[in-house]
Amino acid sequence: MSDHPRSTAGGTRTRVAPRPEVVRTAKDYKGEVKPVWCPGCGDFGVLSAVTKALAALQVKPYEVVIVSGIGCSSRMPYFMSTYGLHGVHGRAIPLASGLKLSRPDLTVFAMGGDGDLMSIGAGHLPHVAARNIDITCVMMDNQVYGLTKGQGSPTSPMGHLSKSTPYGMIAKPAKPVLLALTYGATFVARGYSAQPNELSELIVEAVQHKGFSFIQVQSPCTEFYNTYDQYDSLVTDLPEDWDRSDLRAAIDLALTEDKVHLGVFFEEERPVYEIEARKFEEEVQPFDLTSYLRRFA
Amino acid sequence: MQARSHKDSQVRNDFVIRIGGDTAIGGVISTGENFTTAAARLGFQVFTFRSYPAEIKGGHAWFQVRISNRPVLSTGDGVDILVAFDQEAYERHCGELREGSVIIYDSDLVQVDDGRFIRYGVPFQRIARQELNFARGTNVLVLGLMAGLFGLPLDCLQDLVRLRYKRRAELVEKNLEALAYGFDYTKKIRKEDKYYLGTSDHVSRLIMSGNDAIVAGALYAGCRFFAGYPITPASDILESMARELPRLGGICLQAEDEMAAIASCIGASYGGTKAMTATSGPGFSLMIELLGLASMTELPLVLVDAQRSGPSTGMPTKLEQADLFQALYGGHGDFPRIVLAPASVEDCLYRAVHAFNLAEKYQMPVIVLSDQSLSHRTQTIDMPNLSRLPVVNRLQPGDGASEEYARYALSDTGVSPVALPGVHVHTYVAPGLEHDERGHPNQSPQVHEAMTEKRFLKLSSAAADTDSPDWAPRYGHPKAQVGVIGWGASEGAIREAVERATAKGYKVAALHPRILNPLPQAQIREFAASVKRVLVPEVNYQGQFAHHLAASLGISPVRFNKIGGLPFTPAEILGKIEEVASHV
Repeated sequence: MSDHPRSTAGGTRTRVAPRPEVVRTAKDYKGEVKPVWCPGCGDFGVLSAVTKALAALQVKPYEVVIVSGIGCSSRMPYFMSTYGLHGVHGRAIPLASGLKLSRPDLTVFAMGGDGDLMSIGAGHLPHVAARNIDITCVMMDNQVYGLTKGQGSPTSPMGHLSKSTPYGMIAKPAKPVLLALTYGATFVARGYSAQPNELSELIVEAVQHKGFSFIQVQSPCTEFYNTYDQYDSLVTDLPEDWDRSDLRAAIDLALTEDKVHLGVFFEEERPVYEIEARKFEEEVQPFDLTSYLRRFA
Repeated sequence: MQARSHKDSQVRNDFVIRIGGDTAIGGVISTGENFTTAAARLGFQVFTFRSYPAEIKGGHAWFQVRISNRPVLSTGDGVDILVAFDQEAYERHCGELREGSVIIYDSDLVQVDDGRFIRYGVPFQRIARQELNFARGTNVLVLGLMAGLFGLPLDCLQDLVRLRYKRRAELVEKNLEALAYGFDYTKKIRKEDKYYLGTSDHVSRLIMSGNDAIVAGALYAGCRFFAGYPITPASDILESMARELPRLGGICLQAEDEMAAIASCIGASYGGTKAMTATSGPGFSLMIELLGLASMTELPLVLVDAQRSGPSTGMPTKLEQADLFQALYGGHGDFPRIVLAPASVEDCLYRAVHAFNLAEKYQMPVIVLSDQSLSHRTQTIDMPNLSRLPVVNRLQPGDGASEEYARYALSDTGVSPVALPGVHVHTYVAPGLEHDERGHPNQSPQVHEAMTEKRFLKLSSAAADTDSPDWAPRYGHPKAQVGVIGWGASEGAIREAVERATAKGYKVAALHPRILNPLPQAQIREFAASVKRVLVPEVNYQGQFAHHLAASLGISPVRFNKIGGLPFTPAEILGKIEEVASHV
């Protein structure tokens, strides 16, 4: 797949006008550490899309935190100039939740792969979606465990042959978009790493959305499960007149298996946890131990 | 007025009351709590212990309070007064009664066949149903009986009843009636026992549990983020935080599991917020991987482990000091953590403040090892003096945007400044991977060695801060032959045993470190060298602390291990001291 268009520079199709004083470009969000991904890895496209999105948003790098789990894709924070927290396997969402809850002023991403977010850490997704914590979760789905060299993952198709499934994967693949929709995520989208400009637009929208955003990114692994040809033929944009407030229609579409739809499936406004949890903000008092202890007298 | 005319010289005003019955009767525990609160408000000192079934409804529950007009250090020995709501209560607890102990019992339900006890049989439930037409008033009736028999004034209990039922006005009158009935009933009883509270010093004290004290200390230290998952006996820390933090501008999150709880705390700490989680053994096990992340990323974190009997689900409502190995050594790889063990309810408050201060100063997780007996017992404590306890915040980089910043810079103490997102322009990645001084992944042998040493250097720096008599108080005979080294919640029982042994002429002293990692080595070495034999009592099978002392300091103490889910009594420790002393 060496002839495939990879993430390239450019692509400033965005709705956000740059602020006049300091104009940051995508490059300003890239870090000193060079990515260690394999040539052609879909995650390059995601890195490009994220940095482009941040440039479009003109957010200050030191006000952004990329939180990740473990896996190839979870190396993302090292390759950026923002703050980052490279956690343990499966815990990107709760790490990011604690940060965003305590520091709602920050722009917080939770990033990881399909192993991280659909397997070992899958139990966190329903809860962060239900709470509607304002973080942007980007799941780089390569349908394989890349860092551990090629075992089958929860999104590998039935019959998938890998070193850990030598006779074919027996389990049905998880449908991340469908799960996010049914869990109550208030922004659900799907992108494709080979279309970084479109993906960066999705990320801009996700960051601007108030509440929990989930983006599944088809991000192929050239080394262990190269699906570029497959996705090039399967991906299609959502219909022009797609009504993103229609949850049932979104669920129907997420069930589709003959096409892979790209775009924003669903978006709704719902109270945000960290704002609701601050309903006493007006009357916050400093802690006074003596008066606190009076109740025990 | 038999009940209140007993004022001879034999009056006992330091005694243990135990109340037992099936939880289905209702109010067994609250009878004890109300009696305790009333006594404490009058200036008596109290020390409670409770044991309840792991089931929600039904099953035997009991509550015990030791009351005195002097400081109370432990649950005491045996039972002076038993209040038996049913036959099971009598049968379970009569073995701990002594000659001259009192039993107050429901005379319709309980057969007392032992003539050694002073017996006051009253048909609790029949009176409540027939005389008061208020079956649910049984517990308040009993409260009135106890007040009349042992010298608590009626008005103090009336205030408590009004307070307790203030939201249900229709119940206030019925309960006041039941209370007065019980109180007046004692005028018909000929009081044959010698237990009577008499007068107190009328000093106003606080009555709180270990968990209450930990919450108060944490809030004082600046904890503004808490995440936890419900687990006995730590859940009430979560509940208190859920109530208090929103009004202090903080956040309390009931997490979906314990991994999420500790992960959220690490995330909050990364953002610069002081964070704590609280759990018990099973949850602590689940948190261990993330404990390593907090240590690797050098983020401050406080983890309270209210130990209970294990392994596995074990005995969720019983105590054990058996998580020490996990606290000291749990987790993969070499990583430092600080382990504190509060010794009493009062100490829980101070230790919680220290836990945050040490976590902030040395940028690592601090584990506070409490246990079920400490979490849920209530004790009267003096109003704390926190003027000597400053609140410490983590070292941060200067404001200069141009200065070179390396998050994990090597230093003399191992401590390096922490930049905060959104506050400092010095961005960095907090890495679970081994990393260089900038936080960039680096797996060279030299870097792993230097960074491991940096992380452990902080532990040595913390040791220099805490190897002091404040952290390991010694008491007892200055030229002791037997030296007791205990940890955690057994301090009171040990202290009382040492006092009694001293009164009997034994030369005995005790040392009770409040920090178990790093060990206050100089204090322990000096103490061990000053005595002929060291005794280590602990509520676990493996002798975990004794093992730690042996491994760290080469001390081989006499081990005294209790298992079974109940705390040490002073008599048990006294007996062991006498045994060890006889072989010195």
